[in-house]
Amino acid sequence: MAKMGLLIDYEYCDGCHTCEVACKKELDLAKGQYGIKVFQSGPWPIDEENEIWQYDNIPVPTDMCNLCEGRVAAGKMPACVHHCQSLCMRYGSVEELAPFLEEKPKRVLFSVREK
Amino acid sequence: MDRSKYNGVTVDLRNDFSEEAYPKDRHVWQDDEYTVYRNCVWSAPGCHQGCGVLYYVKDGKLEKVEGDPNSTVQNGRLCMRCLALPETVYNETRVTTPLKRVGERGENKWERITWDEAYDIVEENVRRVWDELGPKSILCLFGTGRNATWQLPFLGLVGFKTPNTCGGFLAGDACYAPRLAAMNAFMGNSFIADLAQVHSGKYDDDRWQVPAYIVMWGCDPLKSNSDGFYGHWVVDAMKRGSKLMTIDPRVTWLGARSDILIRLRPGTDTALAMAMLHVIVEEEIYDREFVEKWTWGFEDMKNAVSEMTPARAAEICWIKEDQIVRAARTLAAEKPWAMQWGVAIDHCKHATALAMAIMSLMAITGQIDRPGSNILVDSGYVQADIRAAVSHNVPPEVTQDRLGNDWSPLRKYGHISQAFTDAALHAIETGEPYPIGMVFISSTNTFANMAAEAERVYRALKKVPFVAIADLWLTPTAVACADVFLPVATSPERDGIRGWWNPLRAIYKVIDVGEAKTDEEIALDLIKRLNPEDAKWDNAVELIDYVMEDLQSSRYEGNHASLIEDGEFYTDIDYFKYETGRLRADGQPGFNTASGRVELFCLNFDDFDLPAVTYWEEPTESPVRTPELAEEYPFVLTTGQRSYEFFHSEHRQVKTMREFHPWPVSEMNPEDAAELGLEDGDWIEIENTHGKGKFKLSVNPGMRRGVVNAEQGWWFPEREGAEPELYGVFESNANCLTVQFDVGPHSYGSPYKNMLCRVKKAVGYHPPASL
Repeated sequence: MAKMGLLIDYEYCDGCHTCEVACKKELDLAKGQYGIKVFQSGPWPIDEENEIWQYDNIPVPTDMCNLCEGRVAAGKMPACVHHCQSLCMRYGSVEELAPFLEEKPKRVLFSVREK
Repeated sequence: MDRSKYNGVTVDLRNDFSEEAYPKDRHVWQDDEYTVYRNCVWSAPGCHQGCGVLYYVKDGKLEKVEGDPNSTVQNGRLCMRCLALPETVYNETRVTTPLKRVGERGENKWERITWDEAYDIVEENVRRVWDELGPKSILCLFGTGRNATWQLPFLGLVGFKTPNTCGGFLAGDACYAPRLAAMNAFMGNSFIADLAQVHSGKYDDDRWQVPAYIVMWGCDPLKSNSDGFYGHWVVDAMKRGSKLMTIDPRVTWLGARSDILIRLRPGTDTALAMAMLHVIVEEEIYDREFVEKWTWGFEDMKNAVSEMTPARAAEICWIKEDQIVRAARTLAAEKPWAMQWGVAIDHCKHATALAMAIMSLMAITGQIDRPGSNILVDSGYVQADIRAAVSHNVPPEVTQDRLGNDWSPLRKYGHISQAFTDAALHAIETGEPYPIGMVFISSTNTFANMAAEAERVYRALKKVPFVAIADLWLTPTAVACADVFLPVATSPERDGIRGWWNPLRAIYKVIDVGEAKTDEEIALDLIKRLNPEDAKWDNAVELIDYVMEDLQSSRYEGNHASLIEDGEFYTDIDYFKYETGRLRADGQPGFNTASGRVELFCLNFDDFDLPAVTYWEEPTESPVRTPELAEEYPFVLTTGQRSYEFFHSEHRQVKTMREFHPWPVSEMNPEDAAELGLEDGDWIEIENTHGKGKFKLSVNPGMRRGVVNAEQGWWFPEREGAEPELYGVFESNANCLTVQFDVGPHSYGSPYKNMLCRVKKAVGYHPPASL
């Protein structure tokens, strides 16, 4: 069984909420429920003198995420990956996504489920 | 060359789309129980963007919306507002039948009527004003960047026979119009930051270069997507190597990723730009060849900035001298660079001086019409084309004596053919130079949103004898003022055309909702009644086909139906047009100005005895200019920071948006908050001599000390509509703290982003529950 997951490049996630809403619409989720949730760290100064700031966002899949089984079966991408405005998300098997972690820092791989 | 990677890193992580699931060669197909329509979305509801979308329709109902993977504009991406579009289209508070007011204005009592009855009422009032006051006493107001910005002037000029169309009391026309007027005088054209968006091949176009730097000046493009610019193109460019410079009083997300971040005092941008010019001129690091060959007035500009040393500007702007020097040297050395400027440029009294200073930076570093810099776009803005095409029969007496013509020669002879908003308000208030007997409002929620000095505008509109409003909702403006309400169609209910630079696309109707009509239909229906000779088209599509026969700014050959099939059409826009003679009607090399050059000293302004070169002046109210006032009101107030959830005053009735953004927000630095005993999440009251408003405090370490911001556009559709509640429109209204009639000498610009204020805890304030 292949472990399936989401690769996120959180250097480029600006926190636009698109993945959260795309998911809510796909799964028809109630207020306050999310299949993926964006968490924010910052802004706070690391070196205010030189205007160096911490300010990242990172979308994290929840237990309500089913990696859009129906969409994927129809040859589509998960709704969050499809719509991500910063193009910072990728869907695939953990095995095929792992090499992307080597390319650059600030990438994270979520192993979400087995198929 | 493998363009999918930059420095060995995959630039866009997203997987490839399946052509089977998303056919490239069709605009309509079946996907299980849904019919899928490939389309272009534009207002209503806003924003300025026109993203490629897929509408999923079942049994005549729009069920869901996806980004169109085959759109070259945003390649399948889509923001939260359009993903939730069905919540707007089928919103329980949307009005989809014409209404007539039955109670007093403000009582929110309405009677459902037919379109014919509604048109009867409008026609009767138009004819009454024509007879009693003359056609110019009809004023038309529009919202920003909407798919109504040619339809309303068409209705005004051809139907009502009035030249008086403008924004909904946006003081100083302070959104893009100041920059457009300045660009036209300065270089005879408009520029946009070149992120390859005008090319069909985008980042793969061989002519294009990745900008070494992108300058975000008073702009948070990821949220605002203003002026036809999709903000996330900046992120695309970052991945391809662009560095960022951000000039903003707070740390935006892009600001945190900027190599150069300058958090200045709001309203002092011109001093900063002049000091950067000073450095580049003094250090002689400007583009000598471009300056000598293609600019006019270098010595005048040099003199104008001679006293604006980095030391002086640092003191004015509350920043450090070395930040200015470094920024200036960077722009002189790191080329090409692109300027993504925002509405902050317009939101100061001396907006024209600021625009001239920023464009001078572009000019003396040679960053005009070069790949990856700032491309001149004389093509593709078809709204202007259409306005001209449909109103060419309008006799000159209709356009004479437009409101504002007697305020400034730039208004009478200048580039922008709309009425001056301040003059329009003055006319309502005083009856000078003539009274206003009727206002026709097309999708602008004036005093809830763009109108400075909101309560004053509310009082003025109340005085107007007849007000007709076309909108999706009974907004605070409609409840307070409308005598008749015309329901407007949302984007998937419309046939239309979209061209803002590139590409040209068709918008076409896929659903019907109630009796709502498009702005084209409303204009055409009314013109048929009022001026039938100039309304020869049977329907809106015929009208669109007519204007598409001869679009000056697009080379497309075809009609609305063929454009639906074709999907997108790009008119080629090349670089270095000033060398090839493509900017001037006479075909000569050079710019389309009197001197044929970029005018650092604007001859056109000088002819009108207006300041012709950039200059610095403090805002009318500022810690420096009015220190006594600042003692009582110690914070600089900047209004109108954007959010992902809302476009101006829209989307407040969309539950998903309010889930993410329930309350009006104001941000303040932690040290400032601590001094006032305030904590994150407190309700605060912001106050100045003009008014006050309540906001939920967000303590943000990225805010510049001494600066407070406040969101604009807030009303609460979940509350009582009838007066005095009026959806709480004056409770958290940033424009209760701004002013009208504080406009610069060029008659453009207003200090929306540089007022003074004080802040205190709103003790005991508990607003009703959010939606």
